[in-house]
Amino acid sequence: MSEELHDVRLTVNGTTHDVRVPARRLLSDALRHDLGLTGTHVGCEHGVCGACTILVDGAPMRSCLMFAVSAAGHEITTVEGLTNPDGSLGPVQQAFAECHGLQCGFCTPGFLTTITAGLRDNPCPTHEEARDMIAGNLCRCTGYQNIVKAVERAAEIAASGEETAS
Amino acid sequence: MTTKLMGQKVQRVEDQRFLRGHGRYVDDVAVDPGQHTVLHAAVLRSPHAHARILDIDVSDVLDVEGVHAVYTYDDLASCSPQMAEPLPLLIPHPALTHGRTQYALAKDEVNYVGEAIAFVVADDRYLAEDAVSRIRVDYEFLTPVVGIDAARAATSLVHEDVPGNVGARMEQNVGDAPAAIAKAPHRLELDLTVERSACMPMEGRGTVARWDADINRLQLWTSTQSSTGVRAAVAVKMGLDLGQVDVITPDVGGGFGVKINHPWPEELLVPMAARALGRTVKFTEDRREHFISSAHERGQVQHIEVGFDDDGRLLGLDVEFWHDHGAYTPYGLIVPIITSTQLLGPYKPQNYRVVFESLYTNTVIVTPYRGAGRPQGCYAMERTMDAIAQYLGKDRAEVRAVNFIQPDEFPFDQGMIFQDGRELEYDSGDYPAMLEKIKDLVGWDEFPAFQQEMAEQGRQVGIGLACYVEGTGVGPYEGAHVHIETSGKVKVATGLTTQGQGHATVFAQLVADELGVKFEDVEVVTGDTRRMAYAVGTFASRAAVMSGSAIHLAAKRAKEKVLKIAAEALEADEKDLEIVDGVVSVKGSPGTSIDLGTVSVLSNPLRYAFDEKSKAATQFSIGDPGKPPVAEDDEPGLEGKDFYSPERATFASGMHAVIVETDPDTAEITILKYAVVHDCGHLINPMIVEGQIHGGVAQGIGGALYERMAYDESGQLLNASFMDFLMPYVTEVPDGIDIDHLETPSPLNPLGIKGAGEAGVIPSAAVFAAAIEDAERLSSTGLAITAMPISPSELFTLRQAAVEEVAQQPSRNPRTREDPA
Repeated sequence: MSEELHDVRLTVNGTTHDVRVPARRLLSDALRHDLGLTGTHVGCEHGVCGACTILVDGAPMRSCLMFAVSAAGHEITTVEGLTNPDGSLGPVQQAFAECHGLQCGFCTPGFLTTITAGLRDNPCPTHEEARDMIAGNLCRCTGYQNIVKAVERAAEIAASGEETAS
Repeated sequence: MTTKLMGQKVQRVEDQRFLRGHGRYVDDVAVDPGQHTVLHAAVLRSPHAHARILDIDVSDVLDVEGVHAVYTYDDLASCSPQMAEPLPLLIPHPALTHGRTQYALAKDEVNYVGEAIAFVVADDRYLAEDAVSRIRVDYEFLTPVVGIDAARAATSLVHEDVPGNVGARMEQNVGDAPAAIAKAPHRLELDLTVERSACMPMEGRGTVARWDADINRLQLWTSTQSSTGVRAAVAVKMGLDLGQVDVITPDVGGGFGVKINHPWPEELLVPMAARALGRTVKFTEDRREHFISSAHERGQVQHIEVGFDDDGRLLGLDVEFWHDHGAYTPYGLIVPIITSTQLLGPYKPQNYRVVFESLYTNTVIVTPYRGAGRPQGCYAMERTMDAIAQYLGKDRAEVRAVNFIQPDEFPFDQGMIFQDGRELEYDSGDYPAMLEKIKDLVGWDEFPAFQQEMAEQGRQVGIGLACYVEGTGVGPYEGAHVHIETSGKVKVATGLTTQGQGHATVFAQLVADELGVKFEDVEVVTGDTRRMAYAVGTFASRAAVMSGSAIHLAAKRAKEKVLKIAAEALEADEKDLEIVDGVVSVKGSPGTSIDLGTVSVLSNPLRYAFDEKSKAATQFSIGDPGKPPVAEDDEPGLEGKDFYSPERATFASGMHAVIVETDPDTAEITILKYAVVHDCGHLINPMIVEGQIHGGVAQGIGGALYERMAYDESGQLLNASFMDFLMPYVTEVPDGIDIDHLETPSPLNPLGIKGAGEAGVIPSAAVFAAAIEDAERLSSTGLAITAMPISPSELFTLRQAAVEEVAQQPSRNPRTREDPA
């Protein structure tokens, strides 16, 4: 008995990778174990906790609920792809550092990707919208207080960055 | 360095790697894309809560391509005789007369759904799970014992040789509580229950092992709260010398207590397979496995009798409780002992009797979860305070105040023995001041007007208050090693582990302050037995107190050596030297100086010069040419090592208050305000302390309003997923938590600190029960909340029951009994 393998080209953080995987291989496992991008974490494997959230063509997706084979042809962004080109922290990452938005750091990658997409859609969220933006992700350490602050701070940093750029 | 970092909100150094996705958690170790050198394990777990194993047939398993090995109990002895023995009972106690532990793989019987039966190693986890599904086990079913009532009834036994399902019975007495209650002007009885919950860290358990045949040595990475504990256990079980085992605790994705229990079966099976197969082996549990095969906590039934005077002053308190410890007792009696002692909180009941029975059930084992028995104790005591206040028609804060230990009474000996075997003696605190702070913070005195105003709008709001004392920083010891390298960089190691508390930051703050070096030049490593072989672990809110103190002491020793060498090199008196930003100079003449890297070179009389620092050192001359290069009482190198071992725990304290609104129709419970006053002595990093409080409060809200382990009568855990076990999202926590600090320094350690990690979760069940009850009184049904957690549907049921009861017996409160005539 041998599993049928499929050749898949994955585009992750702008780099293409060719992998051979069984049809059942979860995208989360492929990212972590086949590509070595271990920044994406797996907390529940049933799509509830959000730790494994990545961006697929810019939209947040639970990588534990996608097969690697179905990611072919899509642009994937993981936490490793959220830093600025010069290696400095991106706005959401910077905001988390400033606001103490993380403790053990395990759920953090999923929050960072979710908020990155959220602020792209809504660059100036109200306080309620900031809370709503993270309402699908579980964190067991922080009680969310500082994550909400980080959403608001990230919006500020992103806005000031754009002003500087323009 | 002119500004002390102690007490500053220093941003965390570890965040830089976490935020980039460069954290290294155990499942991130030994990742080998495209190489397929690492093998992955899966475990066959019992689907039955109580059964005899008649036969295990693994014949179909090795046919699965990619499967390398399958192990059952019968294979364990081939590793070592000790591997086939039961797992260790880590903390024995004379009262634990019937302690039992499981085997690494079940022998003859299983006692909970989830107990490990067989262990499969394959090329990847998918294949390993395929193989597990091909193992056939014949069972003879036995009657499962589920829940405290069934355990007490003892019509069936979990273990044949444990009568009554009672693992332990323990009693402590201070004075004569039954006599004092009998003579008291007023008496009450309460019956309370708390259900099971669990730590639920976002990262489950995991272990990776690599056997290096070239050096005859095992390297083990595991997501634990005690790497030295795992090291000793693995060495014993595998028949290895301690010196052949290295345990590294990488980044840990949350612990909250569950990862203090060790060794888990997989922490032994993974290295066993790694050595046998000569390959790196990894086990990473999935979420369902974490639910059914790690540990839970909290389940208790309590009966309280109390006698008090007209002011509500306690005259006697008699508590009996039944603690559900699950199928086995690897962690001894720590949880119920903590409940029985920490129940006393900030009060002095004068006469206290407590007796508990720790009971077997056919469910997952019970080991400490953040708070570790304190939430149940706090719940018992604070519900009692509320009941007394209600009975006397007094303000709930006033009743508490008359029972407080006063600031001039410290150290205060409660006359009991605490979990560490030492006297329950509180070192410091100021409970009356704290009560004033929490009343101000939550608006206690203004609340009745607000409640009235809301009532006029048809809204039900209530307020609750709960107080606790927490023994933190229990011994026996922690140690630290501080090494100043020739680069001037400072490498610090302490043996306990880190699971999100920011140790790399707070410990570096302490070293920077003591040594006078730049914060950025200090690097802290925790939980690596290669760097610190003697350590205890991260639990009981002890890391800052224990390792913080040890690091402070070790840095002092390193500094002494720095000053001695620098004084000689600079031809100055040690007393005239100061260290600022890593440079030692003579006070008042900054030109006369030497940097720490050069001092480090001088500390090691080596003939080889490797770097610029070595060349720079040649301008200085130290040592007496007539004596050995390393003096008799000295050592080469610029290091400091020390251990901290306190006589007893230091007692932090706190008070929480919450205002809730309950919907008159749907019984939905909404938090309007949550306030915390907390005393952990001096704060090292207030940002991190507040983060700990935020997280504790959120977990407490989960435990009070949502989380429970829903076992059916056959011992199946019905909600073993994040779909069904309801943990708070942001939508369930209040928008803002008001925090105020009180700082009564501990006299027991050099920094005056107390632990802070667990505090946030301790009073939650008590404070929510009180607030919801207060809100519900508006409906004039006068119901009493005695079971936590409480859901809207349970509240709704309570309302209906109260209405029926009032219709039948309008004048009696169901919770109280009549005063003596």
